[in-house]
Amino acid sequence: MGKVIVVTSGKGGVGKTTTSAAMATGLALRGHKTVVIDFDVGLRNLDLVMGCERRVVFDFINVINGDAKLNQALIKDKRIDKLYVFPTSQTRDKDALKRDGVDKVMDELREEFDYIVCDSPAGIEHGALTALYHADHAVIVTNPEISSVRDSDRIIGMLASKSRRAERNEAPVAEHLLLTRYSPDRVARGEMLSIDDVKEILSVRILGIIPESETVLRASNTGTPVILDPTSPAGRAYEDAVARFLGEQRELRFAMPERRSFLRAWFGRAS
Amino acid sequence: MRLFEFLFPRHAPSASVAKERLQLVLAHERAGREGPDFLQDLQKDLLRIVQKYVEASDDAIEVRLGRNGSASVLEINVELPGRQMLQPARRALSHL
Repeated sequence: MGKVIVVTSGKGGVGKTTTSAAMATGLALRGHKTVVIDFDVGLRNLDLVMGCERRVVFDFINVINGDAKLNQALIKDKRIDKLYVFPTSQTRDKDALKRDGVDKVMDELREEFDYIVCDSPAGIEHGALTALYHADHAVIVTNPEISSVRDSDRIIGMLASKSRRAERNEAPVAEHLLLTRYSPDRVARGEMLSIDDVKEILSVRILGIIPESETVLRASNTGTPVILDPTSPAGRAYEDAVARFLGEQRELRFAMPERRSFLRAWFGRAS
Repeated sequence: MRLFEFLFPRHAPSASVAKERLQLVLAHERAGREGPDFLQDLQKDLLRIVQKYVEASDDAIEVRLGRNGSASVLEINVELPGRQMLQPARRALSHL
């Protein structure tokens, strides 16, 4: 039976889709058959970040409505074996994800895949609740910034009360905190909440720190999951996060500022 | 310039302020989430009734559900600062 991972945050723009693409690609690279699903009905974007936007024929809603079979809608990644993308539709009806239909699709996916990564929409409405309902694991994507931390706390509350595991009184959804857009320099200067601050406030175990990096935009510009960019610090950080998710011990990189020469540190801003 | 800023920072570090504010607001929000759904409605209704008779601010009432041995206890705290009891709300006076 496959495991369902929801990538969620409450707040928009914190890096859910970037994280979903990177995590799914990382899991497939490690040999696990993985599908990444876009739950953001009406605002399809995962296809762009994964670089398969021109290959979308059928989508999630088509499958739920019985207009297409599941394997007609799954897009096999051209770069990574064992990686599939399940796009959502561009319909404006957010309630198009009917619970029965989603249940059936998720059951089928659990049979077929090792990991099912669900890219949640922002907010705490129907779409976000549908995305988290089936979760076994939740990756809570948070920026070191007050509104993001508050919204993450809200979503953690939802996981504890609205998930299927909660409804059935099963073991709770396993929560993992991923701190994105982290700037070690600003943390060192006392301008940004630190990883320890956020961990203390949310009491969730740390999956990783993703440093703020220009390479993330370059990756989405070209439709390449950032984890596939060997020069990207964010990519390396996602690699660590995937390894930790799979139970490996890895030292937490990017928590502290890089050591720089005396002159550059004091007289110039290196980035 | 950077050396100058380093030695004489213009702003106090703001991260600690952020942390403190977050801890306060989340403590409040978590307390509201954990109780049964009707507690917030009850709080609003009670506030409306209290405000009908005395001047009370919008955060004057605290409603909590707790336990005392085998019984559940509904605890309602109404805070009226100073000599409020001597100044009935205008709406209450109009009934006289």
